[in-house]
Amino acid sequence: MAETMKLEIFRYRPEKEKEPSFQTYKVPFREDWVVLDAINHIKDEIDGTLSYRWSCQMGVCGSCGIMINNVPKLSCAAFLKDYYPDKIRIEPLTGFPVERDLIFEMDDFMTKLTEIQPYIIRKESEEKPLEEGEYLQSPAELAHYKQYSMCINCMLCYAACPVYALDSTFIGPAAIALGQRYNMDSRDQGRDARQEVIASHDGIWECTFVGECSVVCPKDVDPAAAIQRAKVSSTVDWFKDILIPWGKKK
Amino acid sequence: MAKSNEPIWWSLFSAGGMVAAMVLPVLIVITGILVPFGLAGEDPLNFERIHSAVSQKDSVKLVLFIVITLPFFHWAHRFRFTLVDVGLKSVSTLISVLCYGGAIAGTIILVVIFWNI
Repeated sequence: MAETMKLEIFRYRPEKEKEPSFQTYKVPFREDWVVLDAINHIKDEIDGTLSYRWSCQMGVCGSCGIMINNVPKLSCAAFLKDYYPDKIRIEPLTGFPVERDLIFEMDDFMTKLTEIQPYIIRKESEEKPLEEGEYLQSPAELAHYKQYSMCINCMLCYAACPVYALDSTFIGPAAIALGQRYNMDSRDQGRDARQEVIASHDGIWECTFVGECSVVCPKDVDPAAAIQRAKVSSTVDWFKDILIPWGKKK
Repeated sequence: MAKSNEPIWWSLFSAGGMVAAMVLPVLIVITGILVPFGLAGEDPLNFERIHSAVSQKDSVKLVLFIVITLPFFHWAHRFRFTLVDVGLKSVSTLISVLCYGGAIAGTIILVVIFWNI
């Protein structure tokens, strides 16, 4: 008989039940299957009512983040064989309100992402006309921020962050890392605009440097380092403001 | 958004952490290994000798001042966030006052002691 494996999955159907519950499914065990394959198998063959997010199946889209045995992971990158023969417990990412089954509400993250203005900002007077071509960048300048640009907005870092879990006003790891990604881009001039949010109390200063964000990041972005670097540069700003108040930037 | 005054505490915190990380291992080697195993000569921690070294040299006082006070602020910042994280966020202002106040009090006490010896 073919080997099987048990998946214990968080269920919540607001139209039907007040409280969430767990439902256990038996799926075939295959060496080359990831947890997402098993969940897709459940959806197609066993229970069509199960709701969850997924898209690319190759760790690029960032939509399939779930808690696997209490650890935030991309379900497309977690192999069944790493858990076999034990039962796997699957829940939506912690720290977010659950909408249905494994689907959680991401509005809070989306708002924060917008606040951080994660795009290149040029001062109006220094924007060059299109005919003059692109803003050139050396490989060294690219290397400066490239690591932070790998973020896929999967929100695993938010699920891992104990500070965000306690107080969701915290801007959070991914948003700060993305802010830092643009701050460190040689073509960008928007740091002052972003500092409003990043250097605020709910920005970098809420972070207590637990570092779990960097541990769970599937793209090795290292948001914890981004936050530390932002703390150093914001502190330099602060002392400059105090010591040379007349040197204020326009 | 209101400008945060966190940088002053954070810079004292990180300076304190760095001082502690550099000095503690040295202290452990001296007081935990060299002195107890008799590798630091006869009676290395003689009170009179250490007292005169501290009281007569301002440079020794300065180094000790840095090594002692910065870790106070490291403790204050860390302990403040630990208390907030265990659920005392509602009294976070009081916690900040007590923690940083404690570090400042410790600093003042040290200044008074150094002034008088």
